[in-house]
Amino acid sequence: MIKLKQLFAGGLVLTFMSSVAQAEYGLNLPLGVTETSKQVYDLHMLILWICVVIGVIVFGAMIYSMIYHRKSRGAVASQFHESMAAEIIWTVIPFVILIVMAVPATKVLVEMHDTSEADMKIKVTGYQWKWRYEYIGEGVDFFSTLDAASNEARKLGSDIDPSTVENYLLNVDNPLVIPAGKKVGFLLTASDVIHSWWVPDFGWKKDAIPGFVNEAWVKVDEPGVYRGQCAELCGRDHGFMPIVVEVKSQADYETWLAEQKTGAAVAQVEVIKELDSAELNSKGKDIYNANCVACHQQNGQGVPGVFPAITGSTIATGDINQHIDMIMNGKAGTAMAAFKEQLNDVELAAVVTYQRNSLGNNVGDVVQPTAIAALR
Amino acid sequence: MATVTDLHDDHHDHGPAKGLMRWVTTTNHKDIGTLYLIFALVMFMVGGAMAMVIRLELFQPGLQFVDPGFFNQMTTVHALVMIFGGVMPAFVGLANWMLPIMIGGPDMALPRMNNWSFWILPFAFAMLLGTFFMDGGAPAGGWTLYPPLVLQGGDGFSFMIFAIHMMGISSVMGAINVIVTILNMRAPGMTLMKMPLFVWTWFITAYLLIAVMPVLAGAVTMLLTDRFYDTTFFSAAGGGDPVLFQHIFWFFGHPEVYILILPAFGVISAIIPTFARKPLFGYSSMVYATSSIAFLSFIVWAHHMFTVGLPLQAELFFMYATMLIAVPTGVKVFNWISTMWKGSLTFETPMLFAIGFVIMFTIGGFSGLMLAIAPADFQYHDTYFVVAHFHYVLVTGAVYSIMASVYYWIPKWTGNMYSEKMGQWHFWLSTISVNILFFPQHFLGLAGMPRRIPDYSVQFAEFNMWSSIGGFAFGLSQVFFCYIVYKTIKGGEKATDQVWEGAEGLEWTLSSPPPYHSFSKAPEIK
Repeated sequence: MIKLKQLFAGGLVLTFMSSVAQAEYGLNLPLGVTETSKQVYDLHMLILWICVVIGVIVFGAMIYSMIYHRKSRGAVASQFHESMAAEIIWTVIPFVILIVMAVPATKVLVEMHDTSEADMKIKVTGYQWKWRYEYIGEGVDFFSTLDAASNEARKLGSDIDPSTVENYLLNVDNPLVIPAGKKVGFLLTASDVIHSWWVPDFGWKKDAIPGFVNEAWVKVDEPGVYRGQCAELCGRDHGFMPIVVEVKSQADYETWLAEQKTGAAVAQVEVIKELDSAELNSKGKDIYNANCVACHQQNGQGVPGVFPAITGSTIATGDINQHIDMIMNGKAGTAMAAFKEQLNDVELAAVVTYQRNSLGNNVGDVVQPTAIAALR
Repeated sequence: MATVTDLHDDHHDHGPAKGLMRWVTTTNHKDIGTLYLIFALVMFMVGGAMAMVIRLELFQPGLQFVDPGFFNQMTTVHALVMIFGGVMPAFVGLANWMLPIMIGGPDMALPRMNNWSFWILPFAFAMLLGTFFMDGGAPAGGWTLYPPLVLQGGDGFSFMIFAIHMMGISSVMGAINVIVTILNMRAPGMTLMKMPLFVWTWFITAYLLIAVMPVLAGAVTMLLTDRFYDTTFFSAAGGGDPVLFQHIFWFFGHPEVYILILPAFGVISAIIPTFARKPLFGYSSMVYATSSIAFLSFIVWAHHMFTVGLPLQAELFFMYATMLIAVPTGVKVFNWISTMWKGSLTFETPMLFAIGFVIMFTIGGFSGLMLAIAPADFQYHDTYFVVAHFHYVLVTGAVYSIMASVYYWIPKWTGNMYSEKMGQWHFWLSTISVNILFFPQHFLGLAGMPRRIPDYSVQFAEFNMWSSIGGFAFGLSQVFFCYIVYKTIKGGEKATDQVWEGAEGLEWTLSSPPPYHSFSKAPEIK
């Protein structure tokens, strides 16, 4: 009942306030920030206006006929029913219009396919449900997932009003950073199912397909933050794997890149530290909530038939080496992904420990990051 | 002597059997047509209920009612039910009822197979809908069944595949029956180029069905073996290719969308001349346009796949070929308008739905043309713009034509006139609500909202709310439609044989309702 009331009240408020509060809503394709996106926009507007003109003529004739040729106005039906000339005219004219559309479309398409001479390349890999960005030749490699605030608010019955969350569902923990004014090439692939990488302001989307590498490119001149989403249905949390691209000036980009490289080194040092059970469990809880709940659920019960329970499972309560192996290498042919690449040693150790000692399990053992590192 | 035999036969002209077994064992084309139409209406309401769940969850941002996994089950099964359970059986029902009468034949050519092809369907859909109660729930990978995602499903996966096989068998048998009936059962003098356009469009549709349903069956069987028998047709890890599935699926899928719309063209080509009191303009060009659309439908499939990373040459070819479809489709629209031109128009409910069809189907055609432009499709693809597009062609296209034909022929079927006032209310309620439902989805898609998501960023809130309100109103309008149909079956003003002043064709020479066996003696064709 409360929900219905909320819905109704929310509905009324939104309907009345929306024209004021949400003046930002879009009606049309964004013009975008790349040469390509502007060309696509122009093409879109060209076809749209051609369709509008044809529509006005066609529907105009129809409406004229509906008004002036109605029986109630005493119209008497003519009996003409054929005209070769008319058929030829309305075959040829649309054909010519199509050619007018096809010429610029071909030009834009050819340019979009030209992925040559990129200044740098980034490998983008789709995972259920996060993106991984690898800066080829730079040794920078990280995952990008839905930000914590959105992730909290989007839960069923969270009672958090999405409009209070900044960039609800369009924000990530680690955005992709690229330099302005450079042609950045993308190599797109996926590790599990098909995803699609789409930032509307760049003017294209491209599928990320497991086992295949697709190419695309972008050149953004203005620094800024651009947002998008996965566009190909990829399972339960398809709606929750946004894309954020920060375009920085060349100098800022280089600073950022240097920071990333030192950051990776620090994480490497952390591995050597021994962690106590409490530390591992509390870290593990965060990792579990970010990576495992979508399938195995908050309480570890899973979804019968598709996602096994962790509570009381033979793996999470049995031999710890098998448990580690499952999480690091996944299970072929199922939705269970290999987390070896997705999580670092500390995170893997923490989540294994957490699963064994929470969610109704009480095995009592812990695994240290060093043990994980030894298995790599 | 011959006269005596005829009389003798007439005495034994039996009506339908009594009770439930009449419907189980019937081989009568009218009974089977009725079964198909009722089945389609039930499925239309079942699929509609799922759409209501979808629109309820999308009413405002945030998740309020359903889990994202269940949401995906809703979108997937909604599509399968509406396409295979709603629109296709409805058109087969219309074909069963009307084809034999329109060509002056006594029944369908293969009456027992006809019974079988219908009775497969309730079992197929019981199985498909039964997956909701299985571990892991119903299929949730989208109606397009793309691997590897679809392979992650629960127990329902294999039941869905088997259900699709059964639907395919039913469709192919129905299609064979249509072709055999049209080629063999025409009254003397009913040459091919004298057949009503509904017969022509169904004739062409039946060939499409026979050509592509086995392709779908093959594709889903490969999914089945990939999942259970260690083949790797669609897994790159084993040397297969996930995109291969998409090629096979859309080689079925694109002709499929014409299977859903060509019979609609036939219906509209029957209704507009009746209410314009003027013969159909450009009959032969309509036949050729339908054939060209059917041919083109086989060479445009990859326009559903512009973003998978096709080579430039392939994208250019599929873009040009797809754009070409606008030409014959345009010819049809121009012919319908020329039929109305200088006619003597009246606007009874069937005509309202037919005009609604022409206008809104054309809007769907325009967005289709926009989607054909590959570079622009990189933006539109998999957004709500696509959702708006295919609902304009399928709901205000195919479904509107089915509504139009129900109003057009129900006086003939039942012998009772429907309530014209209620019919007009139904039309206006549906038309206003369906546009509130689907038109804002164009804006949502262009502004960047992907399809198949249960929750969205707040900038999409307003149009989603409008869309949901339109959706609920459209849903309620169809409950009203069920009531109108029920009431007309139960009784009403008696219909004349002619029913409509301007109606032409053999169906109007029979009584309303027609005898259980019509044209046991072939009518004369002028």
